[in-house]
Amino acid sequence: MGRTLPAWHDPPVSSPLVLGIETSCDETGVGLVRGHELLADAVASSVDEHARFGGVVPEVASRAHLEAMVPTVERACATAGVRLDDVDAIAVTAGPGLAGALLVGVAAAKSLALGLGKPLYGVNHLAAHVAVDQLEHGALPDPCLALLVSGGHSSLLRVADVTTSVEPLGSTIDDAAGEAFDKVARLLGLPFPGGPHIDRAARSGSSVAIDFPRGLSSRRDLERHRFDFSFSGLKTAVARWVQAREDSGEPVPVADVAASFQEAVCDVLSRKAVDAAVSQGIDDVLLGGGVAANSRLRVITEERATPHGIRVRVPRPGLCTDNGAMVAALGAEMVARGRAPSALDLPADSSMPVQQVSA
Amino acid sequence: MLLAFDTATSRVTVALHDGDRVVAAYDADEAMRHGEMLAPGIERVLAEAGATVADLDGVAVGVGPGPFTGLRVGLVTARMLALTRGLAVHGVCTLDVIAAEAAREGGDELTVVTDARRKEVYLASYGGGRRVWGPEVVRPEDARLHGRVVGRGGALYPDAFPGATGPEHPSAAVMAEVVQGGEVELLPAEPLYLRRPDAAEPGRPKRVS
Repeated sequence: MGRTLPAWHDPPVSSPLVLGIETSCDETGVGLVRGHELLADAVASSVDEHARFGGVVPEVASRAHLEAMVPTVERACATAGVRLDDVDAIAVTAGPGLAGALLVGVAAAKSLALGLGKPLYGVNHLAAHVAVDQLEHGALPDPCLALLVSGGHSSLLRVADVTTSVEPLGSTIDDAAGEAFDKVARLLGLPFPGGPHIDRAARSGSSVAIDFPRGLSSRRDLERHRFDFSFSGLKTAVARWVQAREDSGEPVPVADVAASFQEAVCDVLSRKAVDAAVSQGIDDVLLGGGVAANSRLRVITEERATPHGIRVRVPRPGLCTDNGAMVAALGAEMVARGRAPSALDLPADSSMPVQQVSA
Repeated sequence: MLLAFDTATSRVTVALHDGDRVVAAYDADEAMRHGEMLAPGIERVLAEAGATVADLDGVAVGVGPGPFTGLRVGLVTARMLALTRGLAVHGVCTLDVIAAEAAREGGDELTVVTDARRKEVYLASYGGGRRVWGPEVVRPEDARLHGRVVGRGGALYPDAFPGATGPEHPSAAVMAEVVQGGEVELLPAEPLYLRRPDAAEPGRPKRVS
């Protein structure tokens, strides 16, 4: 028990072919990369099955992962034009995420590793969101400042080496940013997931129409929570504002509410990310996670970063949301840097700490 | 060689059959650790038999009914192993395996009850060497019993199932034998959930005050 699979070649392969599996939430992702080159990014989403519930239902997601796993692996191999036997290593999201959902991916990855006789790398979902940018913009600067924002996470990370050194500077103390998007979308009668719908509605609204609160931005809050976020109060403020409108019988200006809400979120995220980079003397800010696909967040972060000589890297939207390519990208980096593979008794860890890049 | 395993109860059970007999077996009774125990268990039975995955020509997997999270570990492992090696996958009802073992120990008129949690059991009845009722999920007090009662449900609900005996959990060694011997119904490698996911559609957003 607890033995590792065959140790990786020595010296490490510089451009290994790695298959990555991601099942931490509602996307079954299987990616194939060779070094920094993206070969395939197959994603099967169960989002439509969750939409009517207004959020992800863990058991529905877990069932969908089981059904999608084999077809998604096959599709990734077909797209990349590779055979499973060609793969040098298997990488999988070991956490954090929904326990039952993670477990389907972890068990699938172990079985692939066992069946192919290849090493297994259990990796952290958040570090994978950082590593994916290598597929688009090449090697990560050392260090870089990552702002990871999704339906489950909102974190500021100092990344010195994405395979070993990810240090949290701050995170949300209540809701994740993406969660706030979902909840506000529901208030406005927009579908789940809320992010893209709010982004779209906001385009015809005014971002200064309503002055929604900026969480943890007062002088006093900044003393204790300089790099932390809070979106729960903002969500309640939007709910109150919308309710007051409805109570008075006036129509709710959906576009203005969406734009003003989105501005409040992006204002805080971008301000704190740039502040963190400046204070740490870091010249590169990386955005990742589903909320990084938001058009306003990209623009406002660049506006704020440029005067400080800070560069902003954002993967394209398809690589910001959960996918298997990001897991493969981190796995490939682990292999290239000669990191030790995981044991076959690797657990799925729903609350895997962000500092723990691999398991 | 046939690799057999089941993760649909609190036990993880793995066995390897070489066509003549079971040559290695591994059982772990560590509830909630299926995802950690199964792959090392497979590696272990292969090593014990001096075999590798290349020697396999089939996989048999328990398809439940059983607690969903563990059940999926076995199914996805079987499907992926089959994908990598181009193997056939045979699904076997987990309760059939318990029944097969119990029948060897005496009398094939019996009912298998296992833990379905939430004060319910999974149940199937057998007679004449085949399943005659179920599998179903039922409250112990509503169970229709046929012959003697075996399975973990007997220990959990002694009032509803007095005098229950026999194996509590499935044995992969028995599964491998009955699959090889053509003594059990082969099913697709699809989970027997028997319950829909718990989820309620939300109403209107609550008022804030």
